[in-house]
Amino acid sequence: MKRALACLLTSAILGAAGASLAADATPMAEDPAVEARLVVISEELRCLVCQNESLAASRAELAEDLRREVRKLIRDGKSDPEIRDYLVARYGDFVLYRPPVKPTTWLLWFGPFVLLVSALVGLIAYLRRRSAGLTPSALTAADKAAAEALLADPGADNPPKHNA
Amino acid sequence: MKRFLIPLAVFLVLVVFLAVGLKRDPREVPSPLVGKPAPEFRLDTLATPGKQFSPADMRGQVWLLNVWASWCVSCRAEHPLLVAFAKQGGLPIVGLNYKELRGDGEIDMKKVPAGEEPALVRQRAGAWLARHGDPYALSVLDMDGRVGIDYGVYGVPETYLIDKKGIIRFKQIGPITPEALEQKILPLARQLAGEAS
Repeated sequence: MKRALACLLTSAILGAAGASLAADATPMAEDPAVEARLVVISEELRCLVCQNESLAASRAELAEDLRREVRKLIRDGKSDPEIRDYLVARYGDFVLYRPPVKPTTWLLWFGPFVLLVSALVGLIAYLRRRSAGLTPSALTAADKAAAEALLADPGADNPPKHNA
Repeated sequence: MKRFLIPLAVFLVLVVFLAVGLKRDPREVPSPLVGKPAPEFRLDTLATPGKQFSPADMRGQVWLLNVWASWCVSCRAEHPLLVAFAKQGGLPIVGLNYKELRGDGEIDMKKVPAGEEPALVRQRAGAWLARHGDPYALSVLDMDGRVGIDYGVYGVPETYLIDKKGIIRFKQIGPITPEALEQKILPLARQLAGEAS
């Protein structure tokens, strides 16, 4: 009883707002299986109009047309790859959020790894060079003699500060 | 000195990449249809109800297929160029009137009685051409945008240059600019006109 009342109340509220909402609502397909597949497929596809939205999320008009088209293809019994190919044939690889690996997309797929590896190689080379520079170099005989002379005669040209 | 050269070189390469990236229009998606046969269709013409047109009718000619609609603001911007170009009589232009009613966000299609769409489309599109000039050899009506999908249309206006064999050779996305016409479309059209059909 309580639930029925809640339902009634909700539908009354929705009914009041419905006039404006109805115009925007896209017609739901009767078949939930088709809708489920539509969502799976179209989430992997890019909307051409608002390019950072998926075909599933976009409210652009073209996206609606394309969803309608995909629904039709699903009902025609087309497989997911066939539907993707259908859209790629018309709009290019750009519609795919996961572009195929082929020579023109190699840079896209492997570029970041190439960058990472070359940065690592550069870093290692730099660190090696730096640590090589830090190892104490052996003193020449002349250096050693000069150092010993200085140690033996502290007052000569470098008087200690606290000798008073 | 040398230790500054490497970061400087890396920075310059980055600047070049970013500069090129900034100049490119992200809305221009290369069409996979260039080099492929123009998709076949059969649609009613704007001028005569019942009379149909198909790209096959243009076999043996180099022609332009221009996608337009009266609600499309950029189409109006491009239109004077098309009208002037048509007057020179270089290439036949076929208009694909794309979703004249359904594409107009201000029209509630639920209020358009079934069966009246073609008449309303003809009235609106015809009035627009009467006002702004008609550069088209003929226009066809793609009321639901189905043909537009086959041609990969995603932002009107778009223009296809089609050769004598019916192969799409060039696609202009967005309005045709005088530069695009002079530097790309016309030279290519001249070259295509010399090819055997």
